[in-house]
Amino acid sequence: MNLTIVSGPPSSGKTSIILKTIDAFQRRGLSVGVVKFDCLHTDDDLRYKKAGIPVKKGLSGALCPDHFFASNIEDVVEWGKREGLNLLITESAGLCNRCSPYLMGIKGICVIDNLSGINTPKKIGPMLKSADIVVITKGDIVSQAEREVFASRVSTVNPRAMVLHVNGLSGQGAYELSTLLYDETQNLESVQGMKLRFPMPSAMCSYCLGETRIGESFQLGNTKKMVWEEDET
Amino acid sequence: MKQQTIGALINEYPFIIDFFQQNRLDVSGHENTTFAAFLAKLGEEELEDKAIDIQNLPGELESYITQMSDFLGIEKTNVVQSLIILPGQDKNGQAEDFEQLEIFPSQIVSIVGPTGSGKSRLLADIEWAAQGDTPTGRSIRINRSVPDSKWRYSPNNKLVAQLSQNMNFVMDISAGEFVKLHAESRMVQNPDEIAKEILESANRLAGEPFSSDTAVTNLSGGQSRALMIADTAILSSSPIVLIDEIENAGIDRRKALELLVSQDKIVLMATHDPLLALMADRRIVIRNGGIHAVLQTTPEEKDLLTDLDKIDAVMQNARQMLRMGDTLRREEIFA
Ligand SMILES: Nc1nc2c(ncn2[C@@H]2O[C@H](COP(=O)(O)OP(=O)(O)OP(=O)(O)O)[C@@H](O)[C@H]2O)c(=O)[nH]1
Ligand SMILES: Nc1ncnc2c1ncn2[C@@H]1O[C@H](COP(=O)(O)OP(=O)(O)O)[C@@H](O)[C@H]1O
Ligand SMILES: [Mg+2]
Ligand SMILES: [Mg+2]
Ligand SMILES: [Zn+2]
Ligand SMILES: [Zn+2]
Repeated sequence: MNLTIVSGPPSSGKTSIILKTIDAFQRRGLSVGVVKFDCLHTDDDLRYKKAGIPVKKGLSGALCPDHFFASNIEDVVEWGKREGLNLLITESAGLCNRCSPYLMGIKGICVIDNLSGINTPKKIGPMLKSADIVVITKGDIVSQAEREVFASRVSTVNPRAMVLHVNGLSGQGAYELSTLLYDETQNLESVQGMKLRFPMPSAMCSYCLGETRIGESFQLGNTKKMVWEEDET
Repeated sequence: MKQQTIGALINEYPFIIDFFQQNRLDVSGHENTTFAAFLAKLGEEELEDKAIDIQNLPGELESYITQMSDFLGIEKTNVVQSLIILPGQDKNGQAEDFEQLEIFPSQIVSIVGPTGSGKSRLLADIEWAAQGDTPTGRSIRINRSVPDSKWRYSPNNKLVAQLSQNMNFVMDISAGEFVKLHAESRMVQNPDEIAKEILESANRLAGEPFSSDTAVTNLSGGQSRALMIADTAILSSSPIVLIDEIENAGIDRRKALELLVSQDKIVLMATHDPLLALMADRRIVIRNGGIHAVLQTTPEEKDLLTDLDKIDAVMQNARQMLRMGDTLRREEIFA
């Protein structure tokens, strides 16, 4: 089995491009399954099911979805093997700009869209910076110039990544993407012992632990304050 | 590179300032140290706070410098003198019946065929520099040899620029700033001059003129298409321009194509518009996923084009008069 980890900001087009890419695999007779990680709610599983794709979902609830991912990926891989998949794709809603789900040695894809604004690549951190492939979507609704500016910002943040333009609606570029995701010679038995590409922050503050009251005396553990500099005029 | 100080690197490769900024690294005041030494000095807390990965950053900076230096040197070495399409098969697996199709810079080729016949797929084969590895089995040759893989994978070496059907802008800036931003991302020497040239060209294509201060979001459909075409012709690094069923109202189509080919671009366009299709020197007829025929535009067709142009002018006249609130009169419309 092959494994690919897909992440990216909300509504960037992850499900759309995964569906189009799986189309290309199905025509080659390969079986692909998906596991969707999200925080509070997702209907993505229904979209995959409708397309006849084996799917599972995991909701992290109170936890950062990427932390939740790291604690569950082993079982997810076991499921994929039980299902007899050729390729297992995980889709994570990149809700935390500080974390990323990529593992060393496993293909990591960041999906980001042209509409998110040219300062987005700078903002989203490890999710973009440590991906192997960056897929840029929604090129159909912006100009060629904006696509070029956006792509150049992306590769400034992540110069090593391969940058691909894929249209989540028409599927243009999805076939091409599919050729990068499956390697016949790769056979993943387990992810046990693999390492995250980027360490997740370990900090916990009192609010993480259920505190609801506001005020200095309730703040324990790792708290951080904004710096208030007086304007020098 | 590893021994050089940050200051020396910036001197030699001014573009790396962008790398520092995009990676949220404030190197000012550290010009006399090396990048590795700069990173080593950052405290644990800052590393964790800003999600900085000291291990990989020096390597990334190096990749960035190599990539950008390559890119800046491109203009000279990346000229495409010939694009060849080699046959594959149609949707039924029937082999395509042509030997090879070679296209040179400044040539325009149109692609015609019913919806779903495979026009966009052909454009995608070219964009991906297909090597028998797409559903059509076609192969592409650049300069008569197997294309370098940089055309596929390197973000700054795209073989193809595509004019999209929709030409909306998401950025809320003026036309002048917009073009300048693009020029800067391409690292051109004289962004102001290029921006001016693009705006002038765009105004020659657009029915209604606009200024460099007009917000891009306020441009009419025709104006934004004109701006996009001028920008792609003059500023895009890609030697091939694909036009997939472009909506072309409000622009001077002939001048638009002339502008593109004047920049030595190869132009391929999928279209149902007879005016555009006949402006091409050749047209590819697609049927059931395969290239069914490659037709030379005949002298009769070129002649017909003049008549079709006149009919088109009549329609445009009528449209214009309606817009102005006039009552349509035969002698004026057919003037
Ligand atoms: N115009 C256009 N719309 C797109 C494209 N790709 C995706 N969309 C639309 O963008 C919206 C979000 O797409 P999804 O695929 O659900 O995005 P996602 O990243 O999976 O979203 P979450 O999983 O909810 O975070 C949908 O309405 C898609 O139809 C594209 O290339 N062009
Ligand atoms: N030679 C071919 N073999 C297999 N599938 C093809 C071939 N040519 C086109 N297709 C597929 O047919 C569908 C329609 O093609 P498309 O290029 O979108 O048509 P058009 O742009 O002419 O409307 C696409 O899914 C495309 O991948
Ligand atoms: Mg989704
Ligand atoms: Mg099409
Ligand atoms: Zn997190
Ligand atoms: Zn907390």
